[in-house]
Amino acid sequence: MTEAEEKKALVVLGCPEVPVQNSLAVFTAYQLRKNGYSPLIAGNPAVMKLLMTSDPEKHYISTMTTLEKAVEDITDKGEKYELCLAFAHSDAGISYAATMRYLLPEARFITIVFGKEAEAIAKLIEYEGETIVEVAVHNPMSLRKKMSEVLGWAVSKN
Amino acid sequence: MGCIEELTYEVLAKGLTFQECREFIAKLCPRVYHIEPGTKLFGEAIIGPPPIAVGTDGVFLIFPYVKPCHETFVLKVEDPGEAARLATFAKPAPKK
Repeated sequence: MTEAEEKKALVVLGCPEVPVQNSLAVFTAYQLRKNGYSPLIAGNPAVMKLLMTSDPEKHYISTMTTLEKAVEDITDKGEKYELCLAFAHSDAGISYAATMRYLLPEARFITIVFGKEAEAIAKLIEYEGETIVEVAVHNPMSLRKKMSEVLGWAVSKN
Repeated sequence: MGCIEELTYEVLAKGLTFQECREFIAKLCPRVYHIEPGTKLFGEAIIGPPPIAVGTDGVFLIFPYVKPCHETFVLKVEDPGEAARLATFAKPAPKK
């Protein structure tokens, strides 16, 4: 598939304090590319440093931006995405996800709620879209499985 | 760091959910407006689920400010120009 034919996906990441987020972000970028998407990862500076460290040669994550710039590119430049995956484990994460949902009404929108308080945090969602909820903190496997089912990614035993 | 963090501001509340911030602003401010997510104040897009409540009290703006690792703050900033600009485009919040 050529770059021109690739669909665009935006992956919105929250504060990196919950360990599963970083590995799932790399896994998500890998799966998105494998499935014909060009993923843009948006996060705060600490998130970007973690990902740069995890994938120094950019095998999986080729483009990253700050959350602020991702919002501005949509509001000021009319950037559009076919798919948006928003990771959230706090009220602030839900606020960013809600903002993206509002700004990208035509995108397939999936909120991935994780962390110790996943079930309580998921109840803060006031917008429409798909939601994946899993009390995952250190072990990404159950959330990875749910994401693979919802997104139609082939389940790998690796 | 965003432009807002470079302003002189007072933190009126922190550790609230976004919904609680909305209610806090509605109770505190003589005038309350609703803006859409991504609307800019002080040159920076405001984040949060709609409607985002922004209050004014004379020359002061009172608004929610979300930081990914620090939850949501309610900030108070003195800026007569920005308060006047807000009134030109934002919708007044419905009276309760």
